[in-house]
Amino acid sequence: MEILNKKRGFLSGNDGVVRGALESGIGCAFSYPGTPATEIGEVFAEVAKETGIYFEWSVNEKIALEAAAGAAFSGVKSIVSVKHYGLNVALDSLLPLAYLSCPLVVVVTDDPGCFSSIQTEQDSRWFSKLGKIPILEPSNSQEAKEMTKEAFKIAWQYKIPVILRMSTRVCYSRSLVDFGLIIKPAKGKFKKFEFKLGAARTVELHKNILEKISEIGKLSESSKLNFIEKSEGMTGIITSGVTYEYVKEVLEKLNLKLPILKIGLCYPFPEKLVKSFLKNVCQAIVIEELDPFIEEEIRKIDSIKIHGKDVFSETGEIKPEQVLEGIAKILGITLPKPPQIEVEKRLSFLCPGCPHRSTLYAVKKVLGRKIFSGDIGCSMLGIFSPLEMQDFVVSMGASVGIGHGISKTTGEKPVIFIGDSAFFHAGMPALLNLVYNKADALVIIVDNRWTAMTGHQPNPNTGINAMQEEAKSVDIAEIAKALKADFVKSSNVYSFDQLCNDIKEAYAVKGVSVLVANGECRLVVVRNAARKGIMLPKFEIVKQDSKLEELKNFGCPAIQKEDGKWFIDKDICWGCTVCKQIVPSCIEISK
Amino acid sequence: MKDNFNLIVAGYGGQGILTATEIIVGASLKEGNDVRETELHGLAQRGGSLDCHVRFGKKIFSPLVSRGEADLIIAFEAVEALRACYYANKETIVILNSKVFRSESKLKEIVAKIEKVAKKAYVIDADKIVRAETGAITGTNIFLLGYALGKGAIPLKKESILQSIKENIRPRFIDENMRLLEKGEKSD
Repeated sequence: MEILNKKRGFLSGNDGVVRGALESGIGCAFSYPGTPATEIGEVFAEVAKETGIYFEWSVNEKIALEAAAGAAFSGVKSIVSVKHYGLNVALDSLLPLAYLSCPLVVVVTDDPGCFSSIQTEQDSRWFSKLGKIPILEPSNSQEAKEMTKEAFKIAWQYKIPVILRMSTRVCYSRSLVDFGLIIKPAKGKFKKFEFKLGAARTVELHKNILEKISEIGKLSESSKLNFIEKSEGMTGIITSGVTYEYVKEVLEKLNLKLPILKIGLCYPFPEKLVKSFLKNVCQAIVIEELDPFIEEEIRKIDSIKIHGKDVFSETGEIKPEQVLEGIAKILGITLPKPPQIEVEKRLSFLCPGCPHRSTLYAVKKVLGRKIFSGDIGCSMLGIFSPLEMQDFVVSMGASVGIGHGISKTTGEKPVIFIGDSAFFHAGMPALLNLVYNKADALVIIVDNRWTAMTGHQPNPNTGINAMQEEAKSVDIAEIAKALKADFVKSSNVYSFDQLCNDIKEAYAVKGVSVLVANGECRLVVVRNAARKGIMLPKFEIVKQDSKLEELKNFGCPAIQKEDGKWFIDKDICWGCTVCKQIVPSCIEISK
Repeated sequence: MKDNFNLIVAGYGGQGILTATEIIVGASLKEGNDVRETELHGLAQRGGSLDCHVRFGKKIFSPLVSRGEADLIIAFEAVEALRACYYANKETIVILNSKVFRSESKLKEIVAKIEKVAKKAYVIDADKIVRAETGAITGTNIFLLGYALGKGAIPLKKESILQSIKENIRPRFIDENMRLLEKGEKSD
């Protein structure tokens, strides 16, 4: 593996974090899949055995963080990696852990542009101020590695959690990285520490942490993570993260020589360094993705003229051409107008053969339009045409609670969808709440056996763990029964008529009914078949008939109509059989 | 060649774009370049648009190609080729598979639009040739790399690319991919 090379490797930012952690002598890593952080966990999983570390996919981010804290309390260096709103889930424990001097490295990946995110486009740097947690921000893969090491140094020297904040483009760009030595992990020993309960104690801890931040503030002033590149220009550029890389290219392209202050450790903020930088310029341009975090800090300490969010967007990814246009605009440089190209949008869709398509289509067919409460995961793609089902998608497990609130106030019985991984993550307590508070709802747990949307990580349902060891496979229907749902049934999504009957039966029950819709992610089925040399059947249209029009509502991407004729694209038919069950007289297995 | 070469590999999820990119990255590293690459994960596998940026040369900072700065665009599908022309200029070569996927647009119109902003579009029915050759279209990515190589559009040595294929493709598919690269290189 590239990241276990001796001297250098071509690494993504996510890989860089893993290498940096290994060079810091970590003993364990914890995560819950969430893109753009997912690969950090995947790479840890791949190298865990060889490097002697422990890695797990925890059931949610909060548990991942807590497990990492337990390891840190036992003297073992540990790291947790989550996507931006994954840290919202873990926040409840992160903030008190800062009070308790827990030396932890928390990697959080923001997603400007929301390439893989639907909940929020939040800027995780604010967690630093909320929790008094130092925050480091790399610009490229080499820095991702170095700053991970630096984060461990600060965490263990000052006994404090440290956040390493990355953005999508840093996570997912690769470049050559020079390596240091990998340090073997140490064995843990839990040493009891003084722990007292009480308001006075908590207030005292709060004071302690402020003192620590003041100490680390001195470090921020002299840290090599914050550096100045001197030049004679009278406009100074202050930047952080990936936009630093764009600034370097843009200045070269415009043939400009401007001083740059690059900020890698943005909390505690290096006030003196910034002031000394501003002394030699007449105006400053602050270029940072998402919120004006650095810009606001500067405005607090200096009255110099600043351009920032007046020019560079607070939303979306900042691209190199936007840095170019922004700097040019501020400095009065005219650029040629680029040609405009109009291109149709391409929406994501449920894969051919997807088990969720069968379930969603069956629900709509049997029940008609109901309140459809959606959740995070592949099944949310049912929101697109032609299914157009979920009325909203909020966060992991939220479909259950929101559906509950709607039914309590409207008297309408909602259909609540949730995937297996989200059910484990935050759906179980929500289902318990429905039962306890006498809800009337149908909960359909769309169970494809994997955390599929993020690339098929195993979960408590899969039968293996992150380290590819055999693990207990938890039966979701048994959980629902144990939680005392009024009706529980499992249904195979590829037996279409039976599935329709089960949906009807489940919806008719007054109270909390749970239908577990079983069907393994088709991508996994297809891959496993290919590996074993098994040919899955492919289907073809054998009779053109008006009945086929119904397949428009089904929306399988393999089934298409051209010049008035229906056909099945054999390159992407994955043999799920459901279309044949819907229109049996017109479709056959292709020979 | 200028100091830096900017390449976009575009298509939709599941077309082998990442593998093609990996092969080019491997070849450009072999030739001693500074290389940066970026691609997005996540929704791409579910049929979304996907583009990979590869930049190589003396010293690279930005992993993203800037608008209008691509030297070469290799696209596995026509609509995605047009989308990638955001990165094209009057010197850009566009290599494209003639497939139009899940779209009402017509190939001819797409190519005309591409040729308005780029220097030249080389269009080939790669799926058809690859299917005739191997029975499936999974090798379209390598075939198109060969096609681009044949047009002199990739400033890398063929040996580097062959070597990179050997390192990035599962052993039992190497011979077939070598053949597809050759076939692509010789295609008009």
